[in-house]
Amino acid sequence: MAVIATVIWFLAHNTVENMRVRGIQSGFGFFLQPAGFDIGESIFAFDSADPYWKAFLVGLSNTLRAAVVGIVFTTILGTLIGIGRLSRNFLVRGLCTGYVELFRNIPVLLQLLMWYFILNEWLPPVSEALNPFPGIFLSKSGMSFPVPEWEQGHLVTVIGLALGIAGAWVYRRWARATFERTGVARAMFWPSLVIVIICTLLGWVAGGSPTALELPVRNDLNIAGGGAVTPEFLAVTIGLTIYTASFVAEIVRSGIQSVPWGQTEAAGALGLSRGQSLKLVLLPQALRVIIPPLTNQYLNLTKNSSLAVAVGYPDLVSISNTTLNQTGRAVECITVLMAVYLTLSLITAALMNWYNARSAIRER
Amino acid sequence: MDTALKPPVIARRPPVRSVGALAWLRASLFADWKSTLATLCVAALIVRWLPDFFNWAVVRSVTQPDNAACRALDHAGACWGVIAEKYRLILFGRYPFDEQWRPLLATLLMVGMLVASCTRVLWSRWLAVVWIGVLAAFFVLMRGGVAGLTPVETARWGGVPLTMLLSTLSIAAGFPIAVLVALGRRSHLPAIRTLCIVYVEMIRGVPLISVLFMASFMFPLFMPPGITVDVLVRVLVGITLFSAAYLAEVVRGGLQAIPKGQHEAAAAMGLSYWQTQRKIILPQALRMVVPSIVNSFISTFKDTSLVTIVSLYDLTGSLALALGGDANWRQFYLEGYLFIAAIYWGFCFAMSRYSQWVERHLNVGHAH
Repeated sequence: MAVIATVIWFLAHNTVENMRVRGIQSGFGFFLQPAGFDIGESIFAFDSADPYWKAFLVGLSNTLRAAVVGIVFTTILGTLIGIGRLSRNFLVRGLCTGYVELFRNIPVLLQLLMWYFILNEWLPPVSEALNPFPGIFLSKSGMSFPVPEWEQGHLVTVIGLALGIAGAWVYRRWARATFERTGVARAMFWPSLVIVIICTLLGWVAGGSPTALELPVRNDLNIAGGGAVTPEFLAVTIGLTIYTASFVAEIVRSGIQSVPWGQTEAAGALGLSRGQSLKLVLLPQALRVIIPPLTNQYLNLTKNSSLAVAVGYPDLVSISNTTLNQTGRAVECITVLMAVYLTLSLITAALMNWYNARSAIRER
Repeated sequence: MDTALKPPVIARRPPVRSVGALAWLRASLFADWKSTLATLCVAALIVRWLPDFFNWAVVRSVTQPDNAACRALDHAGACWGVIAEKYRLILFGRYPFDEQWRPLLATLLMVGMLVASCTRVLWSRWLAVVWIGVLAAFFVLMRGGVAGLTPVETARWGGVPLTMLLSTLSIAAGFPIAVLVALGRRSHLPAIRTLCIVYVEMIRGVPLISVLFMASFMFPLFMPPGITVDVLVRVLVGITLFSAAYLAEVVRGGLQAIPKGQHEAAAAMGLSYWQTQRKIILPQALRMVVPSIVNSFISTFKDTSLVTIVSLYDLTGSLALALGGDANWRQFYLEGYLFIAAIYWGFCFAMSRYSQWVERHLNVGHAH
């Protein structure tokens, strides 16, 4: 212990000494000063007169935006490929195995750079943008897509959706209570889904059924209107999604394989249908194996989104790097950077522990 | 006497063949309508894209380092000429051109040593000694300054040798730290246990790039005034501390798998704590986690590509060095990326296959 304490004291002493010698100021006060640089993309307004802390907030929001989009797509793609690896169809199995072996063995940074280069060099300039589907434009300056125009009616739709979810919840409570009391099992999934859909539809109709879409329109010089994402964002999300999906696929596959065949047979012997045995017997057991490493992969994806700095996507790392170069406050910038990622990790770990405690096998 | 004929037995169709090529085709491609649909979709994809890709990569490609011909292609075919033109710069970075046999030899030594370490008959104490010898030879070859070799400063090291050095050395140096931290996390002394938990969880919670930033921007501040540490060493320390935290979790997994009876038996025989760990627990625990250690090595190998961001010229960085500054060849980055991706892929795939092999073979003795 004494040795460790001495080492820490030695490093701290050196740091203070060095900062004094080099005239480096310390403290987090500079976060209130104007940043003086612009940020290419942001979900809320930012200009160079805004303070540094706001720039960091923009960086964090960009990191989370890339991470959330990546997590959604990687889950879908990874699950499909993981199931595909267990297919009895030779071609499908081969394709999925090839995918996993190809993409998990190439560094993710290299994949990001490659996607960015492909988007930047191989796509046409904005004046000759590709138009693969109506309303979607793809060019060197990114992707434009239609978004629904905001009207009052959408608010009513959202209220309908909320009512539907509440209704489904009430129905499930009632069905469960009936089951406990009388033993009559009622379907859960489909009725709840129908309730949610009907309520949402009613809300939409009540709101005057708004259908207006804001379509991107091609001009001579650029594409205006609609939603748009930059090529940097596209490269980061495509690269992270494809890389992480290869790991998710392996997790899904091993999770499904971890349930012994005897469980399927036992469920059949009890007279459960295929769907019932999947829902009540197989999935709960497979998910118990799948969820912890899957969360780990989500965390990995979020941490890997820090590589966005290599393609110039203004994420948290990129912002703190710029700030560091401008102000020279290395200690403060890196501390903030690490603290943010650490907080994200700890929150995820806490949620994970809560889930594990809930879903652990109850042993006597 | 009943002479009425019995009704003839109706001929039944022969059972569906379950062996042979045709049966295999049916079972694995056209089992039911879903399978058939999937087969047709995949086949359509292959028919649509494979010829185009083949045309691009082979038929229309230019393999000569001929810039004019490559530009004339306008990406209709691959320009492999860029590799032919730049491969020495990509593989060895800024290392002096005439001396490049030295990094080549050093890399071959390292690869040979890795292959030797994977061979089970060679697993012994001597391997560690030979490893130290090989690493020393690697440094002498790369650095020069002795035996008539011209000195080459570390700033000019690059390419494959740097990638190999960073990944191998950080795992080798990280391993002892990992074992100590893993033991520390199971220690009965609260202070040591807390310290180890904080270290592992902190490192695992942050991305490698922030550790590398720390190594390149904050590390100089930690040193006593007047002492400067080479950036390569600083980055090496960063990656080592990073991979040690992940390795520690791997080792801890092995330690947890050892039954309590082993500790009790060792204590009953009068062995001290360190004797127990060294002679009883660690040999069993480490044997169990060899595949996971190989997997950690694979991720570290891939992660070394990040040093590009703090301006070291590893394989990824030296590609940027080779193409980024050359306006004639800059547009053929994709071919360069594919080239180094193939190198990374070859190493990682071989190692992952090896890890699977070890998993199968080491478990033989454990099958109860």
